[in-house]
Formats: sequence, structure tokens, C-alpha cells
Amino acid sequence: MIAFNARSTWTIYKREVMRAMRTAMQSILGPVLTTVLYFVVFGAAIGGRMHSGQEGVSYGAFIVPGLLLLTLIAESVSNGSFGIYMPRFTGAIYELLSAPVGVAETLIGFVGAAATKSLILAAIILTTATFFVDYTIVHPVYTLGFILLVSATFSLFGFILGIWADSFEKLGIVPVLFVVPLTFLGGTFYSIGMLPEPWRSVAMVNPVVYLVNGLRWCFYGKSDFPIGISLIMTLAFLAICIALIAWIFRTGWRLRA
Amino acid sequence: MQGILEISGLTKTYDSGLTALDGVDLSINKGEIFALLGPNGAGKTTLIGAVCGLVRPTGGTIHAFGENMDRHWRRLRARIGLVPQELATDMFETVIHSVNYSRGLFGLAPDAARVEEILRALSLWEKRNDQIRALSGGMKRRVLIAKALAHEPELLFLDEPTAGVDVELRRDMWAQISLLRDRGTTIILTTHYIEEAEEMADRVGIIQAGRIRMVDETRALMKRLGRTEAHFPLSSPLAAVPAVLEGLNVSLSEDGMELVYRGGDGSGRGKAEVAELTKRLVTAGIDYTSIDIRESSLEDIFVDLLEGAAA
Repeated sequence: MIAFNARSTWTIYKREVMRAMRTAMQSILGPVLTTVLYFVVFGAAIGGRMHSGQEGVSYGAFIVPGLLLLTLIAESVSNGSFGIYMPRFTGAIYELLSAPVGVAETLIGFVGAAATKSLILAAIILTTATFFVDYTIVHPVYTLGFILLVSATFSLFGFILGIWADSFEKLGIVPVLFVVPLTFLGGTFYSIGMLPEPWRSVAMVNPVVYLVNGLRWCFYGKSDFPIGISLIMTLAFLAICIALIAWIFRTGWRLRA
Repeated sequence: MQGILEISGLTKTYDSGLTALDGVDLSINKGEIFALLGPNGAGKTTLIGAVCGLVRPTGGTIHAFGENMDRHWRRLRARIGLVPQELATDMFETVIHSVNYSRGLFGLAPDAARVEEILRALSLWEKRNDQIRALSGGMKRRVLIAKALAHEPELLFLDEPTAGVDVELRRDMWAQISLLRDRGTTIILTTHYIEEAEEMADRVGIIQAGRIRMVDETRALMKRLGRTEAHFPLSSPLAAVPAVLEGLNVSLSEDGMELVYRGGDGSGRGKAEVAELTKRLVTAGIDYTSIDIRESSLEDIFVDLLEGAAA
């Protein structure tokens, strides 16, 4: 029999969501405002003079999926990492470690809450974008699924980061040095097809390229590569994160002395 | 009788090579208050951590409620509570949210009446909607106790429960802990305040360098290792211990101005011998100006034991 404590899971989830609500100005309004500024500048202001590289899609509409991912990835990593890092930092992790909860409850609680926050953000951003950019979503169900997948995957990645980090500096350095640059260079503002060689081949090494293209396909039904490749890449990253976390819990690495 | 907690050969060696627990054997009886005493770094917190799941032992076994902790950790942890040494919790949460969280985390359904009872018992009810950060140090410690009690544990660990707490609050907490014992909770506490162990504990264990040096009932320990010490400042100096005091463990100070008795066993025999000593001094016409008599405390015994072990 696989033991699972649903009430514990719900308790962790609820508390983490409430913690985000307590800091709504920072965790929700901040990222929304930043993304809106992108829409204003790149969508409404100079977007009209730019070419998207995809037929029938204006530049303003073209950058919506990328900008959404930019925020989703950054916030999922941030929420996932802070959720577990803070109790480690304050010592309050003792309560979680001494409770009758295992890896499944902990992950669903923390990562579920982080992903929920990301979904709330995504909904607000997409709604706000309609005020500045004219866009439509061709595959709304796939879009929701893809957003869910990306949120969960990067919240898991953030969770790993929150366990690995032993200082606030380390907590911030991975998003700043890796996540944000990879997202910016992942085709958020341009089509990979517009890049000359060898930069196009170099770009293909960036995993975020597949995410941006995947979401762009969900939005507009067209992208630089087939949706299947994007899906496989995302699921592969998800599997790596889950395997790493399973190892962390099995060995107690950075959690138990 | 099998104890509520049975620890056998428990070892913890950190990656650095430090051995924090070195083959600890310990049995805790149901319903008792057990005080674990030891100097800093003796292994008290590591031992608690190993039982509660914060520390991964490198050897030995732990059985709680008759079941192996490794195999049945889920259902066993649900019956164990921990109040940590540090004031570690989300300080921005309100008291009631924090206590409700603890209850839910351990898989119990919300129970407003039970939580109210706990908060009232710890004089926290009026503060239930306050953020924890706004509370005094003593109140924060009470919140940690309330959180640990929220899932109604049968075995409760209190790691330095009154550290940094003023005398009045400390006595108040002792009363709370006694109340818990009266309700049937088994309590294991670590403390630096020997007086605390002397006041509350049914049994005392002394740990040093990761090893349990001794476990005994507090009263039996006091009786076995306790001593009476009496000082008799004299009106005029003596050259040697008077022959009339033969049979009593009496020594004379270097300047000959004070007789010192050391003896007894903590059961009152020492006091009786001091009374006998005074009679003999009066009979022999040896004049003394006062009597300073004291029983050795658990602290004296503790220090003697540790010094003995170190020697």
C-alpha cells in the first residue's frame, strides 16, 4: 500500500498559497507590472514596426507566449525555491521533517502551491495583454496544459534550487545567471528561424527555445519546430527534476543532518 | 516492561568525522518525565533529532511504541511531538494559523475546540491573532509548545524548553509540563538548568561525548550520590581533628579555624550525622560560632560525574 497523507498535503499547499497572498504585491503585482511594461514597449509602442517572422502573426502577438514564459519560468523558479529555502533558513524545516509526510506530500504541497501562483500570474498577464496586444489562442486546452507543465517543471527546478542553496546569494544567482538569459535568448522576442548560422544551431542547445516554441504553437498553431519536440524536451526536464528530488529525499541531502 | 521508546546502539558520525552519538542505549518509560543532561556538544540535540527524523543515524535502532522507527516512521512520527531549541517558525504567521498548520501537517482534521484548549492552557488565546514576531521570547517559546501539542503527541521532546526564559515564566512552564505528564504524555527534555531536572524529572540521564554515562531515578540518584556538607567555624583554632569526632568524616581547615563534615547519602543520614557531631562538640567543650549546612544538589552530582568521567 502506498501511504499518502492528503490532509498534510492540503495543509502545506494552503499555507504556501496563503504565504504568497500575504506578499501579493511582491509575488503577483510585481511580475505582472514588469510584463505589462514589455507589452507596452515591445507590443504597443514599437511592435508595429517590427516583423515577427511568422505569417499572419503581428509582432506584438508574437511575443505574448515568450513574455508569458519569461514570467512563468522566473516566478515558478522563485516560488519553488523560496518555499523550501525559507524554512531551511529559519530552521522551521524541523516541523516538516518530523511530520509524517513523505516526498509526495511535500512536493505536491510546495510545488503545487508554486505552480498555482504561476497559473494565477499567467491568467492575470494574459488578461492584461489583451489591453495592449491583439492576440487569439488557437489551442486553449493545449495552452492551459502547456502552462501547467512548464509551471510544475520549473517549480520543481526551483524546489531543487531551494534545497541546494545555502545562502540568499546562491538562491538568486541561478535565476540571474542562467534562467533569465536562457529565456531572453530562447526566442522570446524573435523567431529562431530568423537567426543566421551558426547562431541558429547554438540556439538549439538552449532548452528554453523548445518551451517558447511549444507555447507559441499552442497560441498560434505554428512554430519553428513541431510541438512534439517541445513536449519531449519539457517532459525530459520534468523527469530529471523528479529523479533529482527523489534522490534528495532518499539521501536526505541538505535536509537531514 | 518494554519502554515507550527503546534506543539501542544508536550512532551518528557526521561526514566531518565527528561522532555525535556513540552507541547510545536508552529506554524511556511510558508516562514519565525524563531529563537528558549534558554539557554543550554532548549529543542531546542529535539524539532527539535522530528520533524525530531530523538526523540520519549511522548505526543502531530506534523503536517507539514497540515498532521500528525506520519501517513505520509515518505512523510513529504522528505520535511524537518536538519543541526545538531554536525559536524556528514563520514569524509572520498568526499564532492560531501556525498552530492549525501544525495540526494539519500531522494529518489531523481541524479542531477549533482542541486548539483553543491548547492556546488557553498556554496563555496564548488572547494573542491568537497576533503575528508571532510581535510576541515576547517567552511567548514565542509557548507557541512552539502549542504547535508541538497540536497533534496531541503521546511522546513529547522538549529541547531546552526554558532556555532564555525568565524565572517566573520558567516556573509557569514547569507547571505546564507537569500538567502534560498528568494527562499521560511521556516527556523527554534536555536542559541546562539542572534545577529544572531536579524539580520535574522522574528520571535523569547524563550524556557526555555521545555516550550515556548514567541513567537513574532522580531521587535515587540524589540518594546514591548526594552528600551533606557542614562547616563549623571555630572560636579558637585546633591543632588536629578532636578524637571525639572519630567515626565521622570530618576534616580540619589548614588554619585550624574550621571543621568540615562531608558525608551522608542524600537520604538524610548526613543530617543525622551532623546532629551527632554537634552533640559531641558541645560535650567536648569545643566552641563554634555558626553552622553552615547544605545538601548537594543535582548540579553538584552532575558536575562531579562529568569531572570524574573526564579524569
